[in-house]
Amino acid sequence: MPKDGGIGASSKRREDIRFLTGRGNYTDDLSLHGQTYAVFCRSTVAHGRIVSIDTKATADMPGVLAIFTGEDFKDVGGNPAGWLINSRDGTPMREPKRPVLAHGKVRHVGDAYAAVIAETYAQAKDAAEQVAADTEIEELSPIVDMAKAVANADNRVHDEIPDNLCFDWGWIEDNRAAVDAAIKAAPHVTTLELINNRLVPNAMEPRASIGEYFPGTGDYKLTTTSQNPHLTRLLVSAFVMGIPENKLTVVAPDVGGGFGSKIYHYGEEALVLAAARKLARPVRWTAERSESFLSDAHGRDHVTKIELATDLEGNFLAIRTETLANVGAYLSNFSTATPTFLHGTLMAGPYKVPSVYVNVKAVFTNTAPVDAYRGAGRPEATYSLERVIDKMCRELNLNPFDVRRKNFITPDMFPYATPVGLNYDTGNHGATLDKAMQMANVAGFEARVADSAKRGKLRGMGLSTWVEACGLAPSHLAGVLGSRVGLYEAATVRVNATGNISVMTGAHSHGQGHETVFAQLVSERLGIPESSIEIVHGDTSKIPFGMGSYGSRSLSVGGSAIDRAVDKIVAKGKKIAAHMLEAAEDDIVFANGNFTVAGTDKAKSFGEIAFSAYVPHNYPLETLEPGLEETAFYDPGNFTYPAGAYLCEVEVDADTGRVEVAEFICADDFGNVVNPMIVEGQVHGGVGQGIGQALCENTTYDENGQLVSASYMDYAMPRADDVPFYNVDHSCQTPCTHNPLGVKGCGEAGAIGSPPAVVNAVIDALHRGGYSHVKHIDMPVTPSRVWAAMQAK
Amino acid sequence: MYNFDFVKPSSVAEAVKALSDDEAQPLSGGQTLLPSMKQRLNAPGTLVSLTGIAELKGVKREGDTLVIGAATLHATVAKEAAAHYPALAELAGQIGDPAVRNRGTIGGSLANNDPSACYPAAVLASGATIVTSNREIAADDYFQGMFTTALEPGEIITAVRFPIPQKAAYAKFVQPASRFALTGAFVAQYADGVRVAITGASEGGVFRWSEGEAALSSNFSADALKGMSGEAEGMIGDLHGTPAYRAHLVGVMTRRAVSAAH
Ligand SMILES: Cc1cc2nc3c(=O)[nH]c(=O)nc-3n(C[C@H](O)[C@H](O)[C@H](O)COP(=O)(O)OP(=O)(O)OC[C@H]3O[C@@H](n4cnc5c(N)ncnc54)[C@H](O)[C@@H]3O)c2cc1C
Repeated sequence: MPKDGGIGASSKRREDIRFLTGRGNYTDDLSLHGQTYAVFCRSTVAHGRIVSIDTKATADMPGVLAIFTGEDFKDVGGNPAGWLINSRDGTPMREPKRPVLAHGKVRHVGDAYAAVIAETYAQAKDAAEQVAADTEIEELSPIVDMAKAVANADNRVHDEIPDNLCFDWGWIEDNRAAVDAAIKAAPHVTTLELINNRLVPNAMEPRASIGEYFPGTGDYKLTTTSQNPHLTRLLVSAFVMGIPENKLTVVAPDVGGGFGSKIYHYGEEALVLAAARKLARPVRWTAERSESFLSDAHGRDHVTKIELATDLEGNFLAIRTETLANVGAYLSNFSTATPTFLHGTLMAGPYKVPSVYVNVKAVFTNTAPVDAYRGAGRPEATYSLERVIDKMCRELNLNPFDVRRKNFITPDMFPYATPVGLNYDTGNHGATLDKAMQMANVAGFEARVADSAKRGKLRGMGLSTWVEACGLAPSHLAGVLGSRVGLYEAATVRVNATGNISVMTGAHSHGQGHETVFAQLVSERLGIPESSIEIVHGDTSKIPFGMGSYGSRSLSVGGSAIDRAVDKIVAKGKKIAAHMLEAAEDDIVFANGNFTVAGTDKAKSFGEIAFSAYVPHNYPLETLEPGLEETAFYDPGNFTYPAGAYLCEVEVDADTGRVEVAEFICADDFGNVVNPMIVEGQVHGGVGQGIGQALCENTTYDENGQLVSASYMDYAMPRADDVPFYNVDHSCQTPCTHNPLGVKGCGEAGAIGSPPAVVNAVIDALHRGGYSHVKHIDMPVTPSRVWAAMQAK
Repeated sequence: MYNFDFVKPSSVAEAVKALSDDEAQPLSGGQTLLPSMKQRLNAPGTLVSLTGIAELKGVKREGDTLVIGAATLHATVAKEAAAHYPALAELAGQIGDPAVRNRGTIGGSLANNDPSACYPAAVLASGATIVTSNREIAADDYFQGMFTTALEPGEIITAVRFPIPQKAAYAKFVQPASRFALTGAFVAQYADGVRVAITGASEGGVFRWSEGEAALSSNFSADALKGMSGEAEGMIGDLHGTPAYRAHLVGVMTRRAVSAAH
């Protein structure tokens, strides 16, 4: 019998009712008395020197209240990178100032160099157009291609940064000599050069921010589309504007998707606050879709060479990678962590590889900043690794299932320290591979190939077995790795006098379903119905602290904090019960919502205890404070390591090169599962994005730094008919050993594991169809690219 | 969007009069015009809506000809042309999504003449006649390159007259993002020969593929086109496909249209 509540139940997502009936409360829904509108002037050139901005004509236009340029912010702070990365030679990364508005130079198409505030949106639009007309920008030669950027010392995105190089990172530098030697001596080396394509996040709700200033108290309020309101508050306070943290409230109400792009603080948020202070009126801004394309932090964008050394039976001996990682024009908050500690540390995958060395050069270009996007670094690592393994299997004529299996870290080997710095706590990769093969009916594949052939289609199967590191993050480790913040999570569980519960969590839900899942957790522990539990998130004035949601951390870190707070509630409840039942505290057991004296039928319900805590007439006041509210901070002991085996079957139209995903099978190990329906939905979404990356999403800057794919007319998002009916399973469970819930996280898995499965399947189809000269096709594997590869005999 | 005036006449004559103002522009379904206005790429002083004019709407059979009013919705063509000219109805049913098909109109599509639009292929392959507020224009004279037509300023399309073929079909290979035609082939067989029109592929907009027509006029079968493809020279090259790819698709999609013709 499936449970109908608590841990393990597929409780319906309670938040969906308001989302689906138009009753959500998004930033742009907020309407405030006296509100004004901000519109930004954005660069139309990739690289230019701002010669002059003449705002005189604009200032007299109807409704115009204020005009800001980079000059206005030149003395305030910059928006910093959250991780300090050191280069191989020990020098710290080069970190240019990222101003609220561009000052001196514009550095990418979409870079905001001015903002206008007006009474109405239309007036602000008109005024911004006038400012743009009265602005002189001297065009400079654009830096777009990464290889050229590092080769040309004189043409610089930031005048003070030669070679456009942010850092040259080696991981682990001590492995380098051994890896070089192993590759030199190896019986076989497979080399693959590939591109991990840049992606535009495309959250359904564009970014939006409203700044308010209350002159009576000097308080500020920022309502914004954030995955991470406390971090935004910290950055605005400590780095950018110097507003004391206790004078700034950041609220992220309902947020319509983020996928990483809303983790970060953006200049628009600082601008609306500065403008609100100047005008003492609310100032609002909502991005147009075109602005989102040009100014949201993009994802991926790696150019990689990977070498895999093996013996002739396909046993892995060593891996070496060289990557150019695009950071765009400025360092977004996580941009330096993504290509390094979220990427290099995963380069051993689920395999026992004796030695691994990863080199990443992060490069500035005149393009939008690049930062973490669903999976962040781990999809890049997984793609490189799973593609090169596939290529090696073809070169040595080995079975890709067998090769992966014999290289797996086996269950008896955990905990397992990898050569790239992680310590995997648990896993069973053979089990997920078995499961996937069984779900896929691998034995029936040849018959399906023949059936496809009858319809003129080439069928192929691709495999990807992967592991990732999430549940960000153990603070001590993150600190060693360069993080400038802690990565714990906080929660308060407030039991109200009438027995219902408010849970304040620092994790932020922007579609994930936390309101449902966290209520399930607390319900399970306290025996209170889910409907009596309220989850409060996204408001720094209500929540003790938080580090937001990303890196599949909400349940494993945020949920664990809630669990710890519940421990404290139970412990205090036992004290109250012991007093009321005149028993020893140690004799009180708490189960099914009742505090009972062990071995007796003497009991108090949870509600009675709660009431007594607030109406303490019969209460141990000498030794115990009244009230029943507890806060916990939880800092994980390690990353969590979800893993899985993904199998994809595609059909390639031999005439047109069009790829259709016929089957997608996921056997995941997420440890314990709280809500199977939500987990399944997360995998669907992640795989959908992975298929989008693999087949559709083609972010293209031309040589002038213009974003060619800047609208849905050219940027292909995966649609319902681009993806198959997924077949997903998470019955293989090796619970996480170090968090109290035994959970690992499922938010990014689909996007991490799926792209190589798709591309491997396409290559397989082409080989089976007689196009064995095709060794690789870069993503997105568009019809045109497949056809061109088929022709290139 | 900039400010504009809006008028909604109820006859073609009134519409033509309203359009005599230089700053005025016809508005039909708005599926192309409104997005460009929202992006401030287009700023008409007055929009003259054509959707209140009854004489511009409807699908009518007149002997061997199907007459479609310029302001007829794609969705209406998809439904009402099916019994008379199924290939045309199928084409209309593949334009955009339901929302687009229930606003967008044939007249708007033809006036716009997007090089990737679907209707131009049907109109050209059918040798249809574009009826305007002051004349009739043969399809062969109407399309004059990307976004360029024989229409004079202030002239509005009122109807399109399609000679009904013996057999026809449209085969559309979609551009993955916009889902307009990356390359689309419309094939129509008439007593006096076969016409093939290709959309989406050429920098010159919709065109007749004469090699294909010649081959099919003597043998109306996919085999007649075996190994044939278009000429890469002059084809569109963009992030969705090279000129060579589009030239290749000319052959593939025409063969598919021939196989599907009914
Ligand atoms: C999401 C989306 C997907 C689409 N997919 C496709 C597709 O797959 N295939 C395809 O072919 N098209 C597609 N379209 C375009 C769609 O078919 C439009 O409806 C069509 O191109 C324009 O028709 P309209 O009635 O909306 O014209 P409007 O936008 O109202 O007008 C377009 C232009 O024509 C002028 N005009 C309008 N009517 C007349 C007239 N009677 N006489 C003279 N001038 C006139 C207007 O002044 C304007 O310049 C798509 C559009 C969208 C938004």
